[in-house]
Amino acid sequence: METGRSYKGMFVLLLLLLLAAFVLNISLGSVAIPLGEIFTSLTGGEVTKSSWNYIIIDYRLPKAITAILVGGGLAISGLLMQTLFRNPLAGPFVLGLSSGASLGVAILLLGAGSFGGFFGTMLANEWSLVLASALGSFLVLLAVLAMTLRIKDTMAILIIGLMFGSVTAAVVGVLSYFSTAEKLQQYVFWSFGSLGNQSWTGVLILSFCTLLGIVISFMASKSLNALLLGENYAKSMGVQIKRTTLIIIVATSILAGSITAFAGPIAFVGLAVPHIARQWITTSNHRILIPAVLLFGSIIMLLCDVIAQLPYSEYTLPINAITSLIGAPVVIWLLVRKRKLMF
Amino acid sequence: MTSEMKHTILEVDDLTIGYWQKKRHKVIAKDIHLSFTEGTLISLVGANGIGKSTLLRTLANMQKAIDGSIRIYNKDIEQYHSLEMATLLSVVLTEAPSSKNLTVLEFVSLGRQPHTNWVGHLSTEDKNKVRLALKQTDVAALQERKCFELSDGQMQRVAIARAIAQDTPIILLDEPTTHLDLYHRASILKLLKKLTKETKKTILFSSHEIDLAIQLSDEMILMTESQTLMKTPEQLIKEGHFDTLFPKDALFFDAGSGRFTIKS
Repeated sequence: METGRSYKGMFVLLLLLLLAAFVLNISLGSVAIPLGEIFTSLTGGEVTKSSWNYIIIDYRLPKAITAILVGGGLAISGLLMQTLFRNPLAGPFVLGLSSGASLGVAILLLGAGSFGGFFGTMLANEWSLVLASALGSFLVLLAVLAMTLRIKDTMAILIIGLMFGSVTAAVVGVLSYFSTAEKLQQYVFWSFGSLGNQSWTGVLILSFCTLLGIVISFMASKSLNALLLGENYAKSMGVQIKRTTLIIIVATSILAGSITAFAGPIAFVGLAVPHIARQWITTSNHRILIPAVLLFGSIIMLLCDVIAQLPYSEYTLPINAITSLIGAPVVIWLLVRKRKLMF
Repeated sequence: MTSEMKHTILEVDDLTIGYWQKKRHKVIAKDIHLSFTEGTLISLVGANGIGKSTLLRTLANMQKAIDGSIRIYNKDIEQYHSLEMATLLSVVLTEAPSSKNLTVLEFVSLGRQPHTNWVGHLSTEDKNKVRLALKQTDVAALQERKCFELSDGQMQRVAIARAIAQDTPIILLDEPTTHLDLYHRASILKLLKKLTKETKKTILFSSHEIDLAIQLSDEMILMTESQTLMKTPEQLIKEGHFDTLFPKDALFFDAGSGRFTIKS
């Protein structure tokens, strides 16, 4: 696909912005730490207070990296879904992955009490939430894949994903109805999403999954471009529709599934970022769009996290609320200005 | 004559087309025998719902035939890999591209997909073929425009340019003249005629423009309830086949002028 113009300057600018957002994200938090000390700490030097070192290396740095992975990964999976379903309203969770994750977590948090003993001890484990969420998404993924292999129409997959969402929401509703206020609060906190409190092992696993998803997406970029013309045209140019659909769904599931497992259901980024990126990247070529959307997503997530931290205060706002509070007005503004949401 | 010296490129034998529904099939047309030669313009005419689109989709291997064989260069199309097939036959569909945000240049260059590597990198040769396709269809001036900014006539030319960029010996077009005014209908069909002459491609298009098709086509495929015929327009007129095309209550075919006239 010939793009007609070069985007090199744009990418340099985006990389610089990413670097700036990264530094800003690390330097701001509840505790004020001078910028010089932060650089010293990052480069392994001696800082004035040892607690600062701990805050930066074991809290802020993993949080910033998680923000980059979460923002970039969700934005790419949103782009993949918008192209696959040729629908500007599609996002990373249209296949019901986040519903599956919520169900897994809901069963663990809300249902565990009634099972007692064994599950009670599992709750203590820091990995149990991640596992429950990953397992939930994985089961939904298997169901969606089984359906994909049987049906021809891509739009039917979209509807099936929505139905999965309704069913899991209903089950979560029933579980909440029968659970205690304390457990319910735990569940609600999970659903707010969280970038912090990641161990370095967690960040490593998340990095690996996100990288895998990005590589698969990039390898599918040629077929994604063909899909812009519609399924029939793509087929006439030798694209194997079923295989391509499967690859795109697997990539999305790896990205959205692992991110939800570690950071909870983060709303809006996946839907909004591709549209924001398209305001500056006028080409539809996925070889350009994928890296651009990745960078836009990471930058926006880092900035949202800065706001959620409420710098120099003791409070932290739920990241999920911030992404929607900022994302929704931006999309409305784009719609009013452009009158048309292209994809 | 010259037609004997030309090579047969596509052959259809004893073809039955239709739809598969839960292991049973619904036959739309049968006993279809066709033979396409290099560098000819062939039109496909018939009443609405007679199965023109089904025939085109079956020839393009987008839909399975119920029975019979379709061979390109003497090899059954089922035996071609989907990518190989994409270098032999390209299509122009009635549907607009799903993403209207594409520029004309992007849209046309997507036609090079079957020839490019796994990331879709365009070589100099690919770029030249795209330029040539834009030039041959007279849309080079539009290449920076987005698809949603084009008129129906321009969009149709761009869609044809994409098929030409795909560089296949056969092009199938499904009703390329719908939604166009008389001038643009004629100019699209003239363009197709010119392309068969200039590029030696075999072009098959379905159309309701029977008058124009009679004037421009080398051969015509005429589909009716009872049979599917492929002959030159002159033969079809002489043998009176156009009279069987439609029910006789509203129109009749005037063999002298080669057009349908309203019955008074």
